[in-house]
Amino acid sequence: MSSGAAEPVPAMADTAAGVRRGRFRRRLEAVPGLQATTGATYQPEHPDAILDVRDLSVEYLLDSGTVVAVDRVSFALMPGEFVAIVGESGCGKSTLLFAIAQLLSPPAEIIGGSVTFAGRNMVELTDSALNAIRWKDLSVVMQSAMNALNPVKSIGAQFKDVMRAHGVTARQEIASRSAEVLRMVGIDPIHLDSYPHQLSGGMRQRSMIAMALLFTPELVIMDEPTSALDVVAQRSLMVQIAELKERFGFAVIFVTHDMSLVSHFSDRLMVMYAGQVAELGPTRQLFDSPAHPYTVGLMDAFPSIRGPRRPLSGIPGSPPDLARPPQGCRFAPRCPKVMDRCQADPPGLYQVDGIDVRCFLYEGAVGADRWSKP
Amino acid sequence: MRFALRRLGFFLLTLWAALTLNFVLPRLMPGNPAVAMIAKFKGGVSPQALKALETQFGVQTHQSLISQYGSYVGNMATGKFGVSLSQYPASVGHIVMDAIPWTLGLVGITTIFAFLLGTGIGILGAWRRGGLLDSIMPPTFVITSVIPYFWLGLVLILIFGVQLKWLPYFFSYDYTLTPSFSLSFIGNVIEHAILPAVTLLITTIGTWILTMRNTMITTLAEDYVRMARAKGLPSRRIMLDYAARNAILPNLTGFAMSLGFVLGGAILIEYVFNYQGVGYWLLAAVDNEDYPLMQALFLLITVAVLVAILISDIATAVLDPRTRDAG
Amino acid sequence: MAMIRPLSAPGPDLPVPVSRLSARSRNPAVRGLQRMTTAIRSNRKATWGFVLLVLFCLVSAFPWVLAHDDPSAMIYPVSLGPSAHHLLGTTGLGQDMFAQLIWGARPVLLIAFGVGLGATGIAVLIGVAAAYLGGWWDAVLNLVVDVLLVIPLFPLLIIIAGYLHSAGTLVMIAVITFTGWSYTARQLRSQALSLRNRDFLEAARVRGERRLYIVVVEIIPTMTSLIVASFLTNALYAVLFSTSLQFIGLGDPTVVSWGTMLRSAENNEAFQTGQALWIIAPGLCIVGLGAAFALLNYAFDEIGNPALRPLRRARVKRSG
Repeated sequence: MSSGAAEPVPAMADTAAGVRRGRFRRRLEAVPGLQATTGATYQPEHPDAILDVRDLSVEYLLDSGTVVAVDRVSFALMPGEFVAIVGESGCGKSTLLFAIAQLLSPPAEIIGGSVTFAGRNMVELTDSALNAIRWKDLSVVMQSAMNALNPVKSIGAQFKDVMRAHGVTARQEIASRSAEVLRMVGIDPIHLDSYPHQLSGGMRQRSMIAMALLFTPELVIMDEPTSALDVVAQRSLMVQIAELKERFGFAVIFVTHDMSLVSHFSDRLMVMYAGQVAELGPTRQLFDSPAHPYTVGLMDAFPSIRGPRRPLSGIPGSPPDLARPPQGCRFAPRCPKVMDRCQADPPGLYQVDGIDVRCFLYEGAVGADRWSKP
Repeated sequence: MRFALRRLGFFLLTLWAALTLNFVLPRLMPGNPAVAMIAKFKGGVSPQALKALETQFGVQTHQSLISQYGSYVGNMATGKFGVSLSQYPASVGHIVMDAIPWTLGLVGITTIFAFLLGTGIGILGAWRRGGLLDSIMPPTFVITSVIPYFWLGLVLILIFGVQLKWLPYFFSYDYTLTPSFSLSFIGNVIEHAILPAVTLLITTIGTWILTMRNTMITTLAEDYVRMARAKGLPSRRIMLDYAARNAILPNLTGFAMSLGFVLGGAILIEYVFNYQGVGYWLLAAVDNEDYPLMQALFLLITVAVLVAILISDIATAVLDPRTRDAG
Repeated sequence: MAMIRPLSAPGPDLPVPVSRLSARSRNPAVRGLQRMTTAIRSNRKATWGFVLLVLFCLVSAFPWVLAHDDPSAMIYPVSLGPSAHHLLGTTGLGQDMFAQLIWGARPVLLIAFGVGLGATGIAVLIGVAAAYLGGWWDAVLNLVVDVLLVIPLFPLLIIIAGYLHSAGTLVMIAVITFTGWSYTARQLRSQALSLRNRDFLEAARVRGERRLYIVVVEIIPTMTSLIVASFLTNALYAVLFSTSLQFIGLGDPTVVSWGTMLRSAENNEAFQTGQALWIIAPGLCIVGLGAAFALLNYAFDEIGNPALRPLRRARVKRSG
């Protein structure tokens, strides 16, 4: 597929209508005997990508109005790639993650876009079709294992639930596989009989990762899995994840607010701001020469252990109220490089040197608008 | 173990408090009511019984308060509840023993059924948020739970007993029959139990439904439920094994606490239907100023609540591994 | 009586869109009240409950507006059906039923508010004291509350009322208040405990404020919504318990109240003589008043815990 202006994905361009269609299709598929026709009606732009997110938008329906928490986010993930999504609290990164995994619940709802995984658009799939994919091809690791594990069931019982849900019923097989994954993360299999509250924080988190690897999926999505740990445990967990990734070759999407943590491990870095992609590109490049003023501000805010001492700089102001997003660029009120145009028009995503940047500073740079216009 | 000991200590303390209340109350009232009671029964009761009463209630006695208390507690602890005045010469213990099975049957069975049914409906209501069931449930059941127990009984009697004449509403069985374990007698008992049981069911089920629904909704927002969805577990398993099993824990303790209220309501229902259980006798005793019987029944009801709490504690320990380790 | 217990203590941080509040007061008590009025207006259950409650209050405050006859006068022909002259007919004793109903509201509401205020007052005192004083005091008070919670309330009430033989309005209020405060005391203590370590209290301590000041000026106003919820719970209690006591004959028979109406109805064989209205009318009033308190209480629950509110779009959504 040549890079160039791509056709906006047809069926899902209409937000509400597309979702209605999706729901209708789901209801049809629920009728026994009717063949499931899930959206294979368009060509994904990156045929090698295992995950292709296009124009994904998520809305929260609140009493006070609607809030668009994720605004037309697009990116593609290659097999075995490690993509980190960073941003401050409330920028929509966790929402994006759950939207990709189809785990949103009211009042959040996907209102547009597509998530193509393993050749099928997950947004349109029925629950039963999704369940077949879940965990076998795509698994999730959540932030706090204390909250993500059922407190009244033992670890082993929870492993067993997953395996039985996906057709593995032989007791011997369940037992051996459970023990195997625990050993992979460095936990003695004796803890299969333990309850979550009986394990330490680090062990809990690692057992969650073990559980995520029960079927060695192609993609593991992680939502701030290290936030609940101390720095030493954080580092050791990251190293563990990297090792497992080396060994099994799965792709990782890693959401965090701590950029320095992922800087050594991620292949690409996506910076989100106010529900939109601000910058997306190879990690090293972003660190060495950040393009978007926001990313520049973020990099400046992290003091370095080495190098000359300089006063800490922050980014003045606060993120916009997403119930009433600003008309132009969302970062404009806080941007040190703001231009007149920024307040009036929203910038599109421009490509420069292999990085996607949402900033007028790079408009007209090499490489045209690849993604759909705002 | 330590937890169990502490609970036991708490139960004993509560029992002691109830005993002390029984002892103290008549002596606190303006003009010891026991005086009137004793005067009323003077003629029909043996002198020893009278003396015992005087001691128990502190009337015209030379004993100090402390020794009265001591003998009172001693008697209660050894089961010497005395003689019933209104049913003289039947002993209080005898009357109480006769009454317990009726209350246990009616209230016990109905409450367990109401709890199970109510919890089930609550779970379904929460699972299907936004459905028809969920939108009519809260206001409907909020209103059903404020209906006075006795009034609903009266209304049901009016409709089904008097107007339609479908069901009996007086006593726990047709008193022209002699009690036996025959099928027809049991059928008769059940027939007489229907209206009181339905009254109890309608008034109490609202609470179970709503509390279960509300805890379930909170539980469904938990991360581990989302995780269970992520793992591709079948809906029913998530609903029961992951959500309901966690949601029910706070409700179990609530259930035991509510039993106190349910027993209160049962008293009224027994009164309205003349169903001769514990509540009926309590009210009859009050009416007849039969204080020994009154006090014994009060103690019994307190013990019943304590037993219920004990059972719910055990159930919680069984279902929630965290409490096992804490104690 | 089955109780609608508030299940989640409404926390002090209720989410209210800033645009809705015209002027936000700095005083937390006033803020709490402002939040509540907004909430009442927006939540349908709360609005209904509030309207109903106001209606009953008005009726009980000005009964002569609606009912001109003397409710206790047994001067009319017995057991008449409803007519233009007697809106609900007459009772088996020759009293005008409508007048009885209207005048009968006052004692019930007096008891409800009396117990509501009294029991809540005691509960706040003890709950906050226990949480704030901590240590030994807390342990003792907590134990007292727990024991009182377990002891079955209605039987205790029956016994006390039984010793007294007849309980007029004031006695009713006293008796129900002194047996019933423990439930809400426990909830208030929990909330007070959770507030104890909050920053604004630290700030007050650092400023050197005295303990009493901190409790009265800082803690209690923040707990406004829970205090109101406690009031509603206690008032509901009181309505159901007092009418039940009156029904079994432990109330004051000379006081005209819905409970005593039902008592005379039962005593005078209202069913057998087919006087359904005598039984139904007062009962419906009790349910109405109870529902008013309960709806408000339940709405407060929803306000404090937004997850419980009805979903905006009517759509069957399985959580799976």
